[in-house]
Amino acid sequence: MSGAQLSSPTTATTRRRGLYSERAFYALALLSIILPLAMLAIMLLGVLKNGGARLSWDFITSYPSRKADHAGILPGLVGSLYLMGLTALIALPLGVGAAIYLEEYGKQSRMSRLIEVNIANLAGVPSIVYGLLGLGLFVRILHFGRSLLAGASTLALLVLPMVVLVSREALRTVPRGLREAAFALGATQWQTIRQVVLPIAYPGILTGAILALSRAIGETAPLVVIGALTYITFVPDGVDAPFTALPIQIFNWVSRPQKAFIVDAAAGIVVLVLTMLILNGVAIYLRNRLQKRAS
Amino acid sequence: MRPAVFQSTPPPRPSPVKLGVDQVRAWFGSHQVLHGIDMQIPEQSVTAIIGPSGCGKSTLIRSLNRMHELTEGARLEGRITLDGVDVYGKDVDPVLLRRRVGMVFQKPNPFPSMSIRDNVLAGLRLTRSLDRSRAAEITETALRGAALWDEVKDRLDTPGVSLSGGQQQRLCIARSLAVAPEVLLMDEPCSALDPVATSRIEDLIHTLKTTYTIVIVTHNMQQAARVSDYTAFLLTGELVEFSETNRLFTSPRDTRTEDYITGKFG
Ligand SMILES: Nc1ncnc2c1ncn2[C@@H]1O[C@H](COP(=O)(O)OP(=O)(O)OP(=O)(O)O)[C@@H](O)[C@H]1O
Ligand SMILES: [Mg+2]
Repeated sequence: MSGAQLSSPTTATTRRRGLYSERAFYALALLSIILPLAMLAIMLLGVLKNGGARLSWDFITSYPSRKADHAGILPGLVGSLYLMGLTALIALPLGVGAAIYLEEYGKQSRMSRLIEVNIANLAGVPSIVYGLLGLGLFVRILHFGRSLLAGASTLALLVLPMVVLVSREALRTVPRGLREAAFALGATQWQTIRQVVLPIAYPGILTGAILALSRAIGETAPLVVIGALTYITFVPDGVDAPFTALPIQIFNWVSRPQKAFIVDAAAGIVVLVLTMLILNGVAIYLRNRLQKRAS
Repeated sequence: MRPAVFQSTPPPRPSPVKLGVDQVRAWFGSHQVLHGIDMQIPEQSVTAIIGPSGCGKSTLIRSLNRMHELTEGARLEGRITLDGVDVYGKDVDPVLLRRRVGMVFQKPNPFPSMSIRDNVLAGLRLTRSLDRSRAAEITETALRGAALWDEVKDRLDTPGVSLSGGQQQRLCIARSLAVAPEVLLMDEPCSALDPVATSRIEDLIHTLKTTYTIVIVTHNMQQAARVSDYTAFLLTGELVEFSETNRLFTSPRDTRTEDYITGKFG
């Protein structure tokens, strides 16, 4: 009976129609991936064409200058790298900790449900608002000044909601059976989380963290608000030092009247994009290594 | 031989009671799943729990090591004793209880991030530190205990999840044995396994009962008849009958038991 159904004649047209819609969907999906990639490529090519000439080791290792063809991006690059590192250092433990609390401990409480809703809302708050918060809280009240630490703290706040959300998602993928297995062996909740849940969730958490941090590296508005300098001729020598960052430097060059600085800006954009790609690459490599170890 | 008379209580046990279940009622939220269960589970024996799907077998076995309460909204009343001590007593730490009452689950669930060796030692590592020689000794004893040693002794450092389903389940048994429990709870340990793997685990249960008190939930009545000394028949949260396996299968006291074991329902 069921064997006959497999080759029933009624399906011939249905199958063809199915095939068309299948193809149409495939084409649509392909288009929706090609389109953004093409735009990205056009943008990158444009930038490369404009700034390629300025791109050199000198450009990367020089300080900004009043003369466009002497200007370099070193303080911005170093500032951005420091910012990233510090932001990760602040946002990851806090975000993962919050996710662990919400997902593993506070599940049923009203409070945690309230927090949950608010975190989702926070993820949508415009970054300039975080900048203002950073200015009020870190720069003024906590007296961090217009320093790296204030910048990193602000960026950490900015990415925190996203880190929490993706970490929770990663924790949720760990099968309940594994937690039960650990409990049944006489493990406490913390032992279970540390040794069973987290090792499995790490790759997912890391993926999310990479995405969140990539967003932070391109942020300009909050840094402008808290007062990152636009023209500094030194590399920050501590978390309390004033700083600049790649996007700020680029913004500064773009707003100069002289045409020559546009070329610097284009070269700066290339450096920014490359930095982002390299950071992502390193993080993905790390994640894959963890993943391999986990399975 | 004892004549098959109708009795209101099971016949006297040859060995002392290991686990006492006294008027146990259990809920998930407002849904009552167990309606007053009474059982005396003897030491160093195998007790099987049978009954149709959804009758509360898992809930009952999970209340013995206090896993039931880990489910959100789950609740329990009544008394469960281990060696006469109330395991739901105020000063009993469920974490310590679970080291004495181990559990093997329906689906083999080795820790995916750990090697075979680390899986065996997981229970010990999770809870305390171990020196190397002692760790090696425990690994071997536990794997031998679970009849897995010969198959894996040359690849202890490969991932636990690289084993076959039956091997994984024996690895999970070894993992439970490594913490040296007194009671081993098994919730349908063979339902994901083929007949060969199943019979290996049944053989294993036979050997293990000389050391451990075993409670096993099974859907398979032949399996209950093969491996257990005592059988409990559960129906919609009530204990219909609890007696020696032989007696329950040859001359059940309750017609519902008879209907179930002869396949009239369930
Ligand atoms: N986590 C849960 N939340 C709510 N209700 C549950 C939960 N687990 C089980 N139940 C309910 O409790 C009753 C008993 O379930 P239990 O798992 O103990 O049955 P079982 O006898 O083990 O069944 P099976 O043979 O299918 O494993 C069922 O009606 C089930 O719907
Ligand atoms: Mg069950």
